[in-house]
Amino acid sequence: MAIVNEASLEAQLEELEEKTPWFLAAKTMARKQPVGVAGLIIVLLMVFASIFAPILTPFHPEFNSFENMLTPPNATYLMGTDQFGRDIFTRIIYGAQTALFVGFSAATIGAFAGLVLGVASAYFGGTFDLVLQRVMDVFMAFPLIILALAVVATLGAGTENVIIAITIPFIPQCARVVRSNALAIREIPYVDAARALGFGHMRIILRHMAPNVMAPFLILFSAFVGQAILLEASLSYLGMGVQEPTPAWGLMLQGGAEEYAESAPWVAIWPGIAISLAVFGFNLFGDAVRDTLDPRLRSR
Amino acid sequence: MLNKIGKLALASVVGLGLTAGAGAAKAETPKSGGILNFVVGSKIPSYDGHQETTFGMIHPIRPFYSLLIRVNPNNPSDPTDFECDLCEGDVPTATENGTKFTFKIRKGVTFHDGTPLTSADIKATMDKIVFPGEGVPSARKAFFRSVDTITTPDAHTIVFKLKFPTAAFIPALATPFNFVYSKKDLDAHGMSWHKANVNGTGPFKFVQHQPGAFVEGIKNQNYHFKGKPYLDGFKAIAAPKMAVRLSAIRGDRAAIEFRGFPPKARDDLVKSLGDEITVQESDWNCVLLATPNQKRKPFDNAKVRNALTLGIDRWGGSKYLSKIAIVKTVGGVMFPNHPLAATKDELMKLKGYNTDIEASRAEAKKLLADAGHSNLKVDFSNRGVDQPYKVVGTWLVDQWRKVGIETAQRVQPSGPFYDSLRKKADFDVSIDFNCQSVINPIADMTKFLGSAGNNYGRFEDPELEAIYSKIEKEGDATKLRQLVRQYETRSLSDETSGMVTLWWYKINPHRSYVKGWKIAPSHYLAQHLDHIWLDK
Repeated sequence: MAIVNEASLEAQLEELEEKTPWFLAAKTMARKQPVGVAGLIIVLLMVFASIFAPILTPFHPEFNSFENMLTPPNATYLMGTDQFGRDIFTRIIYGAQTALFVGFSAATIGAFAGLVLGVASAYFGGTFDLVLQRVMDVFMAFPLIILALAVVATLGAGTENVIIAITIPFIPQCARVVRSNALAIREIPYVDAARALGFGHMRIILRHMAPNVMAPFLILFSAFVGQAILLEASLSYLGMGVQEPTPAWGLMLQGGAEEYAESAPWVAIWPGIAISLAVFGFNLFGDAVRDTLDPRLRSR
Repeated sequence: MLNKIGKLALASVVGLGLTAGAGAAKAETPKSGGILNFVVGSKIPSYDGHQETTFGMIHPIRPFYSLLIRVNPNNPSDPTDFECDLCEGDVPTATENGTKFTFKIRKGVTFHDGTPLTSADIKATMDKIVFPGEGVPSARKAFFRSVDTITTPDAHTIVFKLKFPTAAFIPALATPFNFVYSKKDLDAHGMSWHKANVNGTGPFKFVQHQPGAFVEGIKNQNYHFKGKPYLDGFKAIAAPKMAVRLSAIRGDRAAIEFRGFPPKARDDLVKSLGDEITVQESDWNCVLLATPNQKRKPFDNAKVRNALTLGIDRWGGSKYLSKIAIVKTVGGVMFPNHPLAATKDELMKLKGYNTDIEASRAEAKKLLADAGHSNLKVDFSNRGVDQPYKVVGTWLVDQWRKVGIETAQRVQPSGPFYDSLRKKADFDVSIDFNCQSVINPIADMTKFLGSAGNNYGRFEDPELEAIYSKIEKEGDATKLRQLVRQYETRSLSDETSGMVTLWWYKINPHRSYVKGWKIAPSHYLAQHLDHIWLDK
């Protein structure tokens, strides 16, 4: 019987993959998922802006400059200034840092916690599954924003608490979807084989089951980032999120919308566009990931 | 002695000149009828004026009640112009060396439930305010610490005997929260009944309160000022968001908001409605403070507190913040236009009031270095209300950054904010304010005392207390002024136990058909609405 050397096979595969230039792969992807690529470009632009914010803008995002208060967009202040004379373009760029930090932190923690709980729930089944799912039902009974508001009202405002407030509603959402996929995987013989070989529960859950629910997990994860950005903006808009003078889009919208919507509309318009674009980008990208990873949609 | 203070007060009439729009109004014949709709930006915690301190209660509930005396609604800017409400004739002058005030009570006045008013009702009310029993809340008890006894020789006379003569007594009596309750209600239902029930002698009778929506009142046909009120009724509409209040006025769903709007909102309304909008403006008897918590290190160090106040550019702040917030006037511990208030030259001697801000900031940096706190970090507690708290808070963060202080602003909704300020004391520096109704500077300045119930700096300063004791009893105007300067210097400059940021500035744009209402230096004053009429 021929012994298959797994390592050498993988190396050959990687070699084959390397033969396709990245730009060709990107071109193929762009042809198959043009909308998703547009979303990816928006996401990458956000990441780029947050990393290189100090280089991209000549101003400090928090320093007041009252001499320039409520200046309309011009060559110096591309998006105008707010009521404190702060450059809105600078605050939009730095606001991407806040949005991405909160978005990725909440989505990562929420999705991974949901992944582990969902797979564990499916794997163990029985009373554990029953109790855990009822707890999830309780959390899922609350609309996302209401639960986040309740958490932040209890813990207080601030970036860390906003991340916790957004993370908590994500966990049951992810756990529920992952569990439904993991239930099918649990019945596949290789899981029984792993048990028969004496592997521990943790190893079976993390090494053998979790990787097989990656498709729904990644779809959820990308959607969560967009949702988290929107939630952070909502909480900040309601005054329960990030606090002044930290640049954050929701906070900028709140500061500008009420008093200056009529006389200085640029104060509210740009953060509104930034929030919409960011959520739009992540949603488009998430849809593309879903279309790519879901075998039922892949052939369409 | 009172005579001298009276002269001083009279001088203030000349000196004030507060109202911008009111003076221009020509005499017009009031028309009766119509319902006044107005918007209120805060909730009603309870109906009990004696325990509440918010305009959220005063604006919708004050029209149901009368006071013993009140600020003249036709001249509310004058801190010395009081008139009888439930008393008869003129406001009495003191006898027995300024220690006795005798009021004659109006005859024929009835409560809304039909009970006739007597001096016993006034006494029961004032006893509840001045000598509240155990567990009975009275927010302004301290205003009356000069009162020794309250007696009623007959059914239409009430006598206040003071421990010492003071100019603070009459203004305290005119405080609009001193609703006169029926003794019968207090005896039958207890001291808490008025928290949830209304029975007054005011110009309007209570119809209904839909919590979170509106309060409705209807004209009291038996009101003791004959011919008044002019309105058939009013509706106080709850609108916590400023955008909603503005839209209500713009769309004529409401005619007025009595608290005040920021300058930008005024400009927008005037721009869109032209002469359908009338704007009245006034200095405001509210001061926005920043209070260091001296129980926390290093804020127990006067050098650190001095550095905090030195870092604030008040003159620059006044210039720019007055364009975006409801603050404007640079001042000390006294209402800025009062004769006892510091002049600009006097203010400039205080730390943090120098017009050479760079010199002040250099001194602040040096003080921080001397104290070993060049990289000071401040946990700054603020209230989650835009005007003026969050706007001024964000400005303060930037001001302190300029002397190397890193400030983390922690904004909380009003409930948790007050909990932090009053109970938890979990802040380094907190936004704080002193909003009073009747301008009563001797009483208002108690806010800066460590012993005051509403001071949250958590410190003891016997020297400041001693200066205040002298102020309270001083009758000579010149000496009084000197003592006030000593008090101000000690509190704001030497010890910096409190920091005055800027005094508020009141801007009231309202529908031009609202007549008779004149802006006061407080959003609590002249809210009984009996003088308002609609020119429709």
